[in-house]
Amino acid sequence: MTDHCCNNYTRSRLLRSAAAQAGQGLPSIEPGMPVPAGTGLTRRGFIAGAAGLALAVYAAGKTPLPLFEDGIAKAAQSDRVLVSIFLDGGADALSLLAPVGHSRYHELRPVLALNAGDGTPFSEDGSLHWHPSASALAQLHSEGKVTVFPAVGYDDANQSHFTSRHFWEVGELDTDTRTGWMGRYLDLVGSNDNPLQGLSLSNSLAPSLATREKPVAAVEGITDYNLWSRTSEPVEDEMFKSFKRMGSMKSQSPALDESRRAIRSTNIIRETLSSFDEFVSPVTYPEARLATQLSGLAALLGAGMPLHCVSVTADGAYDTHSAQVEEFDGAIKATCDSILAFQRDLEARGLQDRVLIQVWSEFGRRPEENGSAGTDHGAAGVAFLIGSRAKGQMVGEFPGLTSLDPDDNLRHTSDFRAMYCSLLEQWFGQEAAPIIPGASKFARPVLLK
Amino acid sequence: MAVKAGRKKKQVTYRRKRWVDSGEGVVHLRTRVFRRRKGEKAPRKDPGPRPLPRPQKARHPAGPQPFGTYHGPFGRLEATRLLNRAGFGPAPGQAEKLARMGMKKAVLSLTRPRGKAKLIGPDPVDEYGLPLAPFDSWGHDHLWWLDRMVRTNQPFKERMALIFHDWFATSIASVSQQRQMIDQYWKLRDGIKGTFDDLVLEVTKDPAMLQWLNGGDNNKWSPNENYARELMELFTLGADRGAYTEDDIREAARALTGWRYDWDDDLGAINFRFDPEFHDEEQKKIFGRKGNWNWRDVCRLCVTHQLHASFFVEKMWSYFVPAAPSKSTRQALIRLYLKNNRRILPVVEAILQHPDFYRGPPMVKPPVVFNASLLRALKLPVETSSWIWLGDGAGQQLFLPPNVAGWDDERWLDTSTVRARWLMVTYALEKRGHEAWDDSYREKESTREAVNRALSTFGWPALRADHQNELVSMSNRIPGFITDEWQQRPYLAMRQNALLQLIASCPDFQLS
Repeated sequence: MTDHCCNNYTRSRLLRSAAAQAGQGLPSIEPGMPVPAGTGLTRRGFIAGAAGLALAVYAAGKTPLPLFEDGIAKAAQSDRVLVSIFLDGGADALSLLAPVGHSRYHELRPVLALNAGDGTPFSEDGSLHWHPSASALAQLHSEGKVTVFPAVGYDDANQSHFTSRHFWEVGELDTDTRTGWMGRYLDLVGSNDNPLQGLSLSNSLAPSLATREKPVAAVEGITDYNLWSRTSEPVEDEMFKSFKRMGSMKSQSPALDESRRAIRSTNIIRETLSSFDEFVSPVTYPEARLATQLSGLAALLGAGMPLHCVSVTADGAYDTHSAQVEEFDGAIKATCDSILAFQRDLEARGLQDRVLIQVWSEFGRRPEENGSAGTDHGAAGVAFLIGSRAKGQMVGEFPGLTSLDPDDNLRHTSDFRAMYCSLLEQWFGQEAAPIIPGASKFARPVLLK
Repeated sequence: MAVKAGRKKKQVTYRRKRWVDSGEGVVHLRTRVFRRRKGEKAPRKDPGPRPLPRPQKARHPAGPQPFGTYHGPFGRLEATRLLNRAGFGPAPGQAEKLARMGMKKAVLSLTRPRGKAKLIGPDPVDEYGLPLAPFDSWGHDHLWWLDRMVRTNQPFKERMALIFHDWFATSIASVSQQRQMIDQYWKLRDGIKGTFDDLVLEVTKDPAMLQWLNGGDNNKWSPNENYARELMELFTLGADRGAYTEDDIREAARALTGWRYDWDDDLGAINFRFDPEFHDEEQKKIFGRKGNWNWRDVCRLCVTHQLHASFFVEKMWSYFVPAAPSKSTRQALIRLYLKNNRRILPVVEAILQHPDFYRGPPMVKPPVVFNASLLRALKLPVETSSWIWLGDGAGQQLFLPPNVAGWDDERWLDTSTVRARWLMVTYALEKRGHEAWDDSYREKESTREAVNRALSTFGWPALRADHQNELVSMSNRIPGFITDEWQQRPYLAMRQNALLQLIASCPDFQLS
């Protein structure tokens, strides 16, 4: 079956999954949930009850082997973790870092411009002000933990959400690429039996983590990942043995193979996360979906789980065609506050030198606001690298508002593929050439201290 | 018992009931005539215990086929695929019924059903036994449609509505009333009756869409490009094919101006109307053609664009067949589409009769199709609102697609969504599974009987050999754990539950 015969084949190129916005993950106990049949506690119930104990054991670095799939137990604990946070919809760069010192700003943004004196000045370029709702980022920046890309993009910016996001996800300007940039990295260095190496904190797999063959996982929340059934031991164990085998049998078609791989990884994650029903964070997180997910992520890292590349979608819908302030301000505050709490959590656990956070969006929005108190799709946007090891020095300058591109959009002063190349080489110690096509053409901004 | 006199030798015939395996996942009890020569022993009267069905075998060589009509075997397996892809899977006995019609009649029985559609069986309720409130209660719109998928006697209509819901993906996330989503659903459901032109016109002025893609915020003083862009990119022409430019989008946005609505603090957006005062009356240039275009013109210019037909047939094809059509198939579908003045049904009927549809590899069922097919197979009504969060967890809550591009049909299965599918099965088995600890399970079944009982509960889904063998193997392992008498009934009940859980969680049930 050839799908290269038709370079117009539509769905594979148009459709990109996005993390579902609705719902806060699967509730732990629902009314009417069948209790595991049986009179006493199951083994899993016992482990759940002893979660605190189990965590203490992990933290001491002694992996309780019988609880783990071999792959996870054997996977060497990676010393570098990248957490990629996506702002879905094209976040407005000119709100996040508002160019209050530029003469055209108030002319282009009569409704949406920040009031004079709002937000703190960006210390590396005083003509820009942090949005008041992004004060948590300003705080981290003042500590030297944020590398800012004030105008990141690529030549001939594509203004389609799906195409531009796809380019960022796959790390090249090719609509036909089927693997993510982190996925290709994992295909190169990852293990054959550790799906946690590429973890999407979402109820569907992040395309940037899509691998060709190495297993990766999607988990909306790390607690409460059980597969209930109307069985208990010993029947339950036998059922899962068979389920696991169904994941390892031979496949004759791509769909069957997809199904088997998903079953195999599901079973591994089930065995691994069964002990994470409860955990305690050393810091207080704000009320936000992202905060819940990042606090769980910190607990996983604290327990020594072999994570390597992680992807998560931030709170909020950033495609603010109308009434931008209503959506943007709350969403960006939830996101930045969650990131600050996560960084503090990592610092409390002594993990801060092992984790780097990357924040990105598929494009920035048009400098000139539209008539609905919103903004339409633009070109260059803003991105951040956050962490104790981040260099804290901006990459590329703010291009100003006087010379826009032919579509009246912001010009880019850094390329996202250059960011990827530097991340791969400087953070992961992996040569970028086999992963990012045309890697040699891109600059290598210094990202780390 | 009949005794006949032969010419030379005396032959005796017997009628005996015997198990007959159709080779399609089910073993029937059939009466067969046996001959016996004089002196031979009469065959046993008892047909013996039901044997396990022969597992499903691949019937068709893979590979693209020329455009045309499928002429291979059309049995239970092919009918099941048809029902899974053009409907929501078979109810018990339905695949056999369709198989007896032959392929063409089977397809037409789905695509051109007689009479009005009916919902058969009791109305859906939530877990408290209360009726659904699809206009008001969050998520009840999902339950309301799921129930229609489960109970309808014309599943093709619901499936096409689902396809168009994905095609023109609109989300309640930015629409003020669930009623407006359901109003849109009825238009999408009617779409299959007419031309794509009509459907695009309907969708363009639909109140839910006017909110979702800001068509109602788009006026001559401040054009909003959102709808114009997605109309071209996702609905009619496709991105990155050279079909349109950024200027075309800006000009089309101007032509689409004029729709507006009022805001009511209680009801949200109401009173949708076209207001000429809000419409840009200046000249616009779209696809190189100048004119004082309006919203109808934009729709017409898009569907008559020379790159539209290829976009349409390939996108429609991709809902039914997992691999791209061959060049000749694509061209034939384009011709068929244009010859029929862009009527939708002829293209879909051609795809459903195409050799690739039956011979090609399997597809993964979308989560809501999996959910509905589970309930149809088990003859269960919708009676819990848990299907909402389970649908969300499996990656598909109706009326809430992730974005305007709809759901990603290529990535339904991962560790998160497989878990939600597993839990869907758990919830379904609340009614069809067995209580283990109240001593009520009194079956003393053998391994084989246990597997057969579980298969019959699901209406005999055809399983691949390795899956069926694994079920048998698990079934065989359980008796070894029974060392005390008190364990007998609970363990056998749980074995039955485990078999049911595995049948619906194994890859065969995820695929169509």
